[in-house]
Amino acid sequence: MNLEEFRFRFREHRGAYAAAAMFVVLFAVFIAKYQAGWSVPVITTAANKGVLLALVAMAQTLPVLTAGIDLSVGMVFVLANCLASHLVVGTPVQAALGVVVVLAVGTLCGLINGLIIVYGRLQPIITTMATGTIYFGLALALRPVPGGNVQEGLADMLTGAQLGGVPSSLLMLLAIVVLVWIPYRRSTIGRAALAIGSAEGAAYMSGVPINQTKVFAYALSGLLASLGGLFLTFITYSGEASMALGGSYTLSSIAAVVIGGTSLAGGAGSAIGSIFGSFVLRTIGDLLFVFDLEPLWQPLFQGVILLVAVSLGSLQLLKLRNRLDMFK
Amino acid sequence: MTNLIFRLQKSGQMPVVAAALCSVVLLLLGSLYSSNFLSADYLLLQLQIASFLGVVATGAMLVILLGGIDLSVPWVVTVGGVMSAAAAGWWGGAGANFAIPFGIACGALFGLVNGIGVAYLRVPSMIFTLGVNAVAQGLVVVRTGGFAPQDRATPAMHLIATGRSLLGIPNALLVWIVIGSATVFLLHRTMMGRAIYAVGNRERAAYLSGVDTRRVTLLCFVIAGACSAAVGVLLTGYSTKAYQAMGEAYLLPAITAVVLGGTNIMGGRGSYLGTVVGVVLITLLQSILSVIQIPDMVRQVIYGGIIIVMLLIYGRGRRMAE
Repeated sequence: MNLEEFRFRFREHRGAYAAAAMFVVLFAVFIAKYQAGWSVPVITTAANKGVLLALVAMAQTLPVLTAGIDLSVGMVFVLANCLASHLVVGTPVQAALGVVVVLAVGTLCGLINGLIIVYGRLQPIITTMATGTIYFGLALALRPVPGGNVQEGLADMLTGAQLGGVPSSLLMLLAIVVLVWIPYRRSTIGRAALAIGSAEGAAYMSGVPINQTKVFAYALSGLLASLGGLFLTFITYSGEASMALGGSYTLSSIAAVVIGGTSLAGGAGSAIGSIFGSFVLRTIGDLLFVFDLEPLWQPLFQGVILLVAVSLGSLQLLKLRNRLDMFK
Repeated sequence: MTNLIFRLQKSGQMPVVAAALCSVVLLLLGSLYSSNFLSADYLLLQLQIASFLGVVATGAMLVILLGGIDLSVPWVVTVGGVMSAAAAGWWGGAGANFAIPFGIACGALFGLVNGIGVAYLRVPSMIFTLGVNAVAQGLVVVRTGGFAPQDRATPAMHLIATGRSLLGIPNALLVWIVIGSATVFLLHRTMMGRAIYAVGNRERAAYLSGVDTRRVTLLCFVIAGACSAAVGVLLTGYSTKAYQAMGEAYLLPAITAVVLGGTNIMGGRGSYLGTVVGVVLITLLQSILSVIQIPDMVRQVIYGGIIIVMLLIYGRGRRMAE
């Protein structure tokens, strides 16, 4: 790889690298301040929380790359959680079958989003807002009150730590990246998604299959969101149809995507960046905890840090030579 | 007949007419369930409730016309309610007269921050207003300690939100009429109104034509913040107290009402009349769904489903090939 190519690659993934660096710094501060933090249980808990958001943020990344957005990811996440608390029980075989059904339902939810957006020609933001309400209604039907159960062997295996203290959730996330994200990103349909995001008209003129690509992106997003919901069930051992939970995961996922360097205008970014963006968000929460900040002030600090993090991108404005470039 | 439909499509008023028709159909369906749905009392009550959503939707519409979105509505509404009630508590007596303007000013301040971030720092509005929403939530939590504040609404706030004046028209409705008329004037009779549509269509072109697009954007966000806070004040008057998360129920319905009224969510197109019809439609839909005895989950599914169906009927975008 020559220097020019290396530079190009670096620039393409600049946002993801920045998020990763931010995470490393924040996590180092966390460990430095909280010496007992470098122990298997603490790391495992932190990893579980981070992976939970990372899955939903990955789900959000795919539509955002096509210049869309999915405001129903949080609700698909909650729906999968409620469904899993019914189905992923019993013998290992039954539980495995339940997992398949949960993931299939999640994919179906995403597929419906994609079909309405593409063939109904509606705006993604308003469509997913409405379908999100429907998915939440279904979740409420499944779990009018919190409760349920989950196959404990499977849950403990995935939320615990492996040999050497590596959290299994991180290994699971790695597996998802290797098996889902990387093949997708390298496939024609993944590249088409980025092409649509950067210039839909040009992509159409170049013969990119616009419709199939978009539908696929939303369906895959539904699959990843339901993986998140499944994992939530493994952590909490129960299902709960909480609108606040779904809403906060949707919003956090957008924040994680932006911090991870993906442009909301589409066409640039990666799910890897979103993973680090999620880790950054979760580590900020932990940091406020170990610094003994009064609990009352924590939401305010989280908000301020989010604002500052998203405003950092405006430093680019200083480099502009032509003020017109500011406007799209 | 076909001529009429063609002219409607040309004029871009199709969504307004369709949404109005949907409202009438909803009312007729409701009247099958209970004859109360057609009584003047019920309709006035619905309009009073719609006023709250209408004022939020006014601010949301201005921002959407610019091609942005304001996700900070939920907690700016709460800020308006909490701060106006708090001001009434601090100053007491004659100072309580300033409670309403103070609450609205606090909202305008948050709108100002939104505007600076979106217009001058060029952060996408979706993410910046999300951050401001989190900050507003944080400030309310710090101020109230996470509980419902003890301060009460002033009598003036209570009167505006619940009272009825001339001809039995609810005061809240009068507030909406005043704000709505001002918005129509702003949009169609002022330079700024023209500029809002221009920015929504193509900000670059508007800038090259000599519009200070950033100032226009800033002002719209300030107005949106003030509208949200005004609803917080009204809601506080309505329930005599401010409470946590009082604005949560307004964000999605407001955006939905604006879009159902035919405003393009990408900006640049839309009429205030459409927003009014959209607000009435959403309010009727919510009211009827809450009156008929069905479980909450079915209500959610029907609500989402009806919105999708209505948009599929008349809110569709263009084909790529066109």
